[in-house]
Amino acid sequence: MTYRLLRATFAHEDDLIGAIRAVRTQGLHIVDAFTPYAVHGIDREMGLKPSRLTWVCFICGMTGALGMLWFEHWTASVAWPIDVGGKPWNSLPSDVPVAFESAVLLAGLGSVFALFAVCRLFPGKEPNLAGPKTTDDQFVLLIDEADAAFDFSNVNQLLRQFNVVETEECVVEGGNDR
Amino acid sequence: MSDSTASLRPALITGEKSLADVTNDICAPMERKPTGLWWVAFSISATALLVGIAAVWYQIATGIGTWGLNKTVGWGFDITNFVFWVGIGHAGTLISAVLFLFRQKWRTAVNRSAEAMTLFAVMCAGIFPLIHMGRTWLAYWMVPYPNTRGSLWLNFKSPLLWDVFAISTYLIISAVFWYVGLVPDLATIRDRTRPGPRKRIFSILSLGWDGSARTWHRYETVYMLLAGLATPLVFSVHTIVSMDFATSVIPGWHTTIFPPYFVAGAIFSGLAMVLTLMIIARKVMNLEDYVTPKHIERMCQLMLSMGCIVGFAYGTEFFMAAYSGNPYEQFVFKNRALGPFSWAYWTMVCCNVVIPQLLWFRRVRTSLAAVFVIAILVNVGMWFERFVIIVTSLHRDFLPSSWAHYVPSLIEIATFVGSFGLFFTCFLVFCRIAPAIAIAEVKGAADLKGRKISQTVSEEQAA
Repeated sequence: MTYRLLRATFAHEDDLIGAIRAVRTQGLHIVDAFTPYAVHGIDREMGLKPSRLTWVCFICGMTGALGMLWFEHWTASVAWPIDVGGKPWNSLPSDVPVAFESAVLLAGLGSVFALFAVCRLFPGKEPNLAGPKTTDDQFVLLIDEADAAFDFSNVNQLLRQFNVVETEECVVEGGNDR
Repeated sequence: MSDSTASLRPALITGEKSLADVTNDICAPMERKPTGLWWVAFSISATALLVGIAAVWYQIATGIGTWGLNKTVGWGFDITNFVFWVGIGHAGTLISAVLFLFRQKWRTAVNRSAEAMTLFAVMCAGIFPLIHMGRTWLAYWMVPYPNTRGSLWLNFKSPLLWDVFAISTYLIISAVFWYVGLVPDLATIRDRTRPGPRKRIFSILSLGWDGSARTWHRYETVYMLLAGLATPLVFSVHTIVSMDFATSVIPGWHTTIFPPYFVAGAIFSGLAMVLTLMIIARKVMNLEDYVTPKHIERMCQLMLSMGCIVGFAYGTEFFMAAYSGNPYEQFVFKNRALGPFSWAYWTMVCCNVVIPQLLWFRRVRTSLAAVFVIAILVNVGMWFERFVIIVTSLHRDFLPSSWAHYVPSLIEIATFVGSFGLFFTCFLVFCRIAPAIAIAEVKGAADLKGRKISQTVSEEQAA
């Protein structure tokens, strides 16, 4: 399947934000925006839902903590109980530090790997660049042309209000959302 | 800059810069040939590293009898250096995680290099306990795995084992935090590099990053999560290091003040190291517009506050010793200040408490030369703090007949020099192969020409 997209380039983040807001008010569908840095507030303008990666982090952290607590209990009082200075075999307070470290380790690694998986980032991937300088100083907006509300001259007019540097129509192959 | 925020706060970076200027300026040092100064610094560090490798080789092959330790002073240079390096590592996470949570935008000037320092310092720190074990080749026994010795598991009630988990977790999470921060910048370098092996390498390392807003959105979430995780982690690491001492029954170690005292000291020494290196690096790498005297001043303020906490802890220790009525505790502290190691104690007090008080003066904080000297003295002082805590508490124990003196052997000194060699070699290489300043973060935080709201549009809309 092919998509027809309008690719608009901006030089300032505020122009991009303004354009996103205006384009969305017109009822057009924004495929994605590409920015050289994390633009504050762009997620709200694009209507992106809060990421669910926080849950991945929480679940991994809990797994780390509870798993390690169980392991410490099992090794110290079931598998091979050892008397350390007359302390009880299963002394919970001394199990806390390692359980905490294990929680942090799993939560951190879990959320980073989940991020890479969800964003399909992996070594050797060919970047899907929207412009030659989107990682330097260009801000690119991709608008879906298949939308019924799309009218080329109207949209062009609209984008010009936001100092659009360049607009270009392009056809993208592929089934994913870009 | 007629930006509304510019009038409220001084600009984070000086000079009228566009977004492309930021990319060019920060990438420039790694794209040109290394300077003569870099080669001089690199040869000195690499030589120190080789000395260290030789010393470590010799002491592992011969045994730790090559050290100056005796049956009374069982911990000396090895553990002093371990705690010293772990401490240095704390500023990186403080700057990158704690200041991130507090929305301190000035951190963007130094967070990348401070994180790198954390990584290298923790690597240096890790070496010392490994050698200290004596039979380094059995270090894997610290890992809980089903083994043919029983399975005999680990003693999870020992703070020394907690340390194994704390330090290794800290190393891994710092490395991950650092790498995640680097990915967008590696993509920036990939896209400005001509096709060839260099581009290929950056292409692999940047994981196909394309700067999509959806990716940034998730990335920001995970970065925040990592900062939230790293903040308690950094406090836990030095807390656990302090418990190596505090849970023992040695007078001078057995105090509840140790965790906060150690954490403050760690951040103190780490900031001093960041200042020492950044004052040089900004000059050598032409990054004076990015690491400005303003940033240095902020770090000085932090360093001063940490120094005051450390000074307060020194006082509290003495007060508690006197107030406890415990004659052993009282003896240890009297011995620290007036005994054979009093020179070390007073060096520590001068460097950590007295001299940093100069930072109350704005003129001192804004003088780079003065800050550089103070930062180096703080590093010296913080090394002596660990030496004082460890050696003076041990060398005169409960039995006067076993009192002893401690003099480090040449091998111990060479190992210490070697750890500096490792640290600086890694840092110098890092400055060559990765952007020393977080490009994407600076672009997002500073008020740049490219970021500025286009006046015409906002005025039109208002009209």
